[in-house]
Order: sequence, then C-alpha cells, then structure tokens
Amino acid sequence: MQVHRVSRQYVIRKLLIMIPSLLGISIVLFALLALAPGDPFDELATNPAVPPEVRAALRAKFGLDDPIWMRYWHWLIALLQGDWGFSFVSRMDVSTLILQRLPVTLVVIGASQILAIAIAIPVGVLAATRPYSLFDQIANTFAFIGFSLPTFFTGLVLILVFSIQLDWLPFVYRADISATGWEFYWEHIKQSIMPVTVLGLFQGAALVRFVRSSVLDVIRLDYVTTARSKGIGERKVITRHVVRTALIPVVTLVALQMPIVFSGAVVTEQIFRVPGIGSLLITSMLSNDTPVVMGVTFVSACLVVFFNLIADILYGWLDPRIAFR
Amino acid sequence: MAGSTPASLSASAPAAAPAARKAQRFSPWHEAWRRFRRHKMALFSAVALFLIVFGVLAGPFLWPVAINEIDFAAKLQGPSWAHPLGTDDLGQDLLARLIYGGRISIAVGVAAMVVAIFFGLLVGAIAGMSSGRVDAALMWVTDLFLSLPQLPLLLLVIYLFREPVKGVLGVEGGAFVLIVAVIGGTRWMSAARLVRAQFLSLREKEFVEAARALGASKLRQVVQHILPNALGPVIVVATIDIAAAIIAESTLSFLGLGFPSDVPTWGSVLRDAKDYLDIAPHWALFPGSLIFITVLAINFIGDGLRDALDPRRVL
Repeated sequence: MQVHRVSRQYVIRKLLIMIPSLLGISIVLFALLALAPGDPFDELATNPAVPPEVRAALRAKFGLDDPIWMRYWHWLIALLQGDWGFSFVSRMDVSTLILQRLPVTLVVIGASQILAIAIAIPVGVLAATRPYSLFDQIANTFAFIGFSLPTFFTGLVLILVFSIQLDWLPFVYRADISATGWEFYWEHIKQSIMPVTVLGLFQGAALVRFVRSSVLDVIRLDYVTTARSKGIGERKVITRHVVRTALIPVVTLVALQMPIVFSGAVVTEQIFRVPGIGSLLITSMLSNDTPVVMGVTFVSACLVVFFNLIADILYGWLDPRIAFR
Repeated sequence: MAGSTPASLSASAPAAAPAARKAQRFSPWHEAWRRFRRHKMALFSAVALFLIVFGVLAGPFLWPVAINEIDFAAKLQGPSWAHPLGTDDLGQDLLARLIYGGRISIAVGVAAMVVAIFFGLLVGAIAGMSSGRVDAALMWVTDLFLSLPQLPLLLLVIYLFREPVKGVLGVEGGAFVLIVAVIGGTRWMSAARLVRAQFLSLREKEFVEAARALGASKLRQVVQHILPNALGPVIVVATIDIAAAIIAESTLSFLGLGFPSDVPTWGSVLRDAKDYLDIAPHWALFPGSLIFITVLAINFIGDGLRDALDPRRVL
C-alpha cells in the first residue's frame, strides 16, 4: 500500500482558508449579541440609587457607546487573548469552565462517531454489493427509521428499557465515581453506553445510505472490472479496490456532519446529564449566563471548523489528485 | 440518490411496450404520480401522514376536550375510555393536548420549510445567475452557515431574542414566529446550493439560450424557463426540510427553549413527561411516537418524490 504524503503547502493553504471562516463565525456571533435588545446596564437605569452620570461613566468605561466596529474589534481581541469573561453563576472564568467540560463531550462524540462508522461501513458495503436484495431493503428501512427517530426520544426509550425496566444501566452520568482501578473504568463505560448508542445509531443511520451510494458509484467503474478479470477474489476486490476508493467521500461527510453531531450531543448530554459543554450550554441559557453561552457557541463553531480542516487534510491524503491541484 | 427502493428491473416490465404508450399523452405530474405509486413505503407513508394531518385538523371537533382542564383525581392515568391516551401530572387529557400540539408542530414544520426554501431559492438563484464575485460571496456565506453548529446557534438566537419578541407578539405567537424564523434561517443552505447547481447547468441549456436569443429578460428566463425545470429536486428537499424542522422544533421545546409548557407541542409534552418515565411511560411514548411516525412518513415521502420527480430515472 503506497501512502502518499500531503504537501506542506496544501496544509498551509487549508489553514489559511480557516481564518476567514473563523472571522465570519465571530462576526455572526457578535452581530447576534449586538442586535439583541437588552443592555447589561439596563438594570442600573431603573435603579434610582444609581445616578445617570455613573451609568454613563460605566457605559463609557465598557465601551458601549463606541462605534460598532470598534466594539467588535475589542471583543475579538479579548476573545483571542482567552479573556472570555466571567461566569457569575459558576463563579469562575468561562474559559476554565469550558475546558473542564470539553473532554467529556469530545469523548462522547468521538466514541459515537466510531460506533456510527463501525455500523455504517460494513452495512453500507454489504447493501451495495447486493443492491435491491432483501438485506439492502431491510438496511434501507432501518436507516430511515434510524434518522427519523429524534435523539431525545431514543434516549428516553433507552432509559425506560435499560434503566427503569431492566435496571442494567445508570441513567444519570456521574463525574464523581468513587470506585478505583478496573471498577472505575467499568462504571464509566457503563454510564457512557446509552449516550454513545443514541448518538452513534443516529449518525450511523445517515451514514449507511451514503456509504451504500458511494460504493455503488465505484463498483461499476472499469478498474473494478479489470481487477475482477485478473482473477482477484471478490472479497479482495471489494475490500482492497472498491472500499478504499468509495470511502474518500465518506470521510468528508463524516466531517461535514459534525454540526449535526454537536446538535445531537447537546440533546443527549441534556437527557443523560452528561457534564459536557452541551449541557453547560443549556444550563447557562436557563440561568441567563450570557458569557458562558457565547463561549460555548464559539467553541462548538471552532470545533466544527477544525473538523472540516481535518477532513480536508485527510481528503488530500486519501486522494492525491486533490492536494496537487 | 441511491438508498431509495426503486422497483426491481422486473417491475418495470410494462415499459417494454413503449410504442403503445407513446400514443397516450401523459402530463409530467401524471407521470410523477405513476412513479410515486411504485414506491410502496412512500405511498403507505402518504396515507399515514394524511391520517395524522387529518387527525390534528379535525381532532378538536371529534374529541372536544379542553387541553388545560386540570383534574387531580385523574392524574398520571394510563389509557382508558375517558382518556384514550391517558393523562399527565395535572390530569389533563393527553389526546386533546397531542391534537393541539400536532397542529403547532406541523404548522411550524411547514412554515419553517417555506422560509428555508424561500431563502434557498433566492440565494441559489442569484448565485446561479450571476457569476464571479456575487456568486463567490454568496457561496462563501452559504458555506459559513453550513459550518455553524445548528442547534447551539438556534438556541443562542432564541435565548437572545425570546423576551423582546414575546413582548411584541405575545407568548404563543412570539414563540411561533421566532422558532419558524430561526429554524428557516438556519436551514436554507442546502436548498441554496442545490438551486445554484441546477441553475448553473440549466442556464447553459439550449432552450434557455433560445429564450435569451429571443430577448427574454433575465427575470423571464428564470421564472419561465429555468425555475420550472429546477423544481423537482427542490420539492424533494422541501419535503425533507419539513421533517427536519419538526425535529428541530421538538428538540427546542424538549430542551425548554421552544414553546412554553402551557402551549403543548409534541416536544414540550415530551419534556414534561421525561421526569415521570418510571410511573407514567405512556405520557412520553405517545408524543415521541407521533414525532417519530410523522418524521418517518415525511422522509419516506421525500424518498418517493425523489424517485418520482427525477426524469432521468427509468422506472
């Protein structure tokens, strides 16, 4: 198997493309914040104990009367310096809070993506090698069911069956597990099974159809026929010749679906009370903790852009034609 | 797209006599209906969806029970003759609440789809007709929106604008307008890209060139010649968008940031139910199944329409 190297130029170019999209995202977020009615000093205006001059001075101090582009500039600089504000609800810096919560989310999302890929690739490839067979039709129907089931409903049904009826799995995710050694890991795995399954099945269902159509596109190409006519076994043709080519667009799709995965993660974290950034987002919204809300939204947007970058690089690695264009 | 279950080769045997068919004239819609009927799941789903829509529209007349009649004597009851779908923790009748909620959920889905398709058509058509800078800029914006995490963004907008909109339009109207605008505003991108791709290829076709040569204005070229031919895939996307919008609305309501609890939608009933899963599972299972069945039916219909409206597909 020949592995070709992605040129450094290609990676740098992709990194440079990332910058305008990050800027764009920051503009969207800032515009939303600026357009939203309500001003942090509104309360002071209605408070008779605060004279108008004090209020004006405070506004001037925090730059609320500056032109909008200047406010954006200050906000952006603060963001880049890691000064994301202070959470009055949790009594700590927003950046610290997010960094505490981020690993759990990444683990849950990562595990569910692996589960989704582990389901989707074999099922999709099998379905594509026997198009319109019974297996294909069953797989297709299940795929439809899988992505029509909202994650919050699947989550509740799993809780109902496995936590309440069967009492096998805990339905609240705990960060403070007292057990040590193997027991500790076992408890963690047990409590992650349901959130990961919910997300993974949803993702997998969408992926199956894509893998199938991608393999179907490739399987009819001439080089596959050539491989077969050389006497290579069908199994080897599929695994070595077809799947490797067919998976190239799948890689992109996995990355492009990251925004959807994040949406799913917010819901699953909320249902199973996983202490990740998704549930942090919801709790801070319900408690009006604006700095945290902005921080989490920005971080999730950055992660999506970052995964797109990874997809681009992987794509360039898998398909040499792209990196040299 | 693959994944659909078109009939097998043997099922298209009647097509073996094309000469006989040529004599008859079929309108495109007639032809589409003929293709659609072959997708059994889609046909079955169309019936199921019709029943659900009819149920929520005619429901209040057939089941005239108040959605907010509190009766503590009958709280958390399972299905019975008095309450076919059981009651919630305040003894309110679930069937009545789900009928009412279905109206809102489906209305939100359709309205959000209209908003999304409108913007998608607008952006896609402008980008597809103008080349160069305008196209590049619009596509950059589209890609930017595609790379935003949808749910956090939805939640953020609702979080920031909920109170002021509520002040202007009232609790229920405000929530409806805001949710429709936000879901539509974050879902137009795929339609825009699709429309643009269609426009780019269609505008170079001979029949459009002929119209151009005859002096048809840009608007006329678009409205009369390009748009009707680009409509098929747009209808498919629009159908699937309804399903996605229904899920989005239920998700928002489920998370407590959509419709308030006193306005029952399928999502907000489910949110109230989730704390009583152990003693009243029916309360969560009914709204959840309704969302699931509706969304599944719409997705299958979309798949059937994809088969039906693709003129290149031989069925």
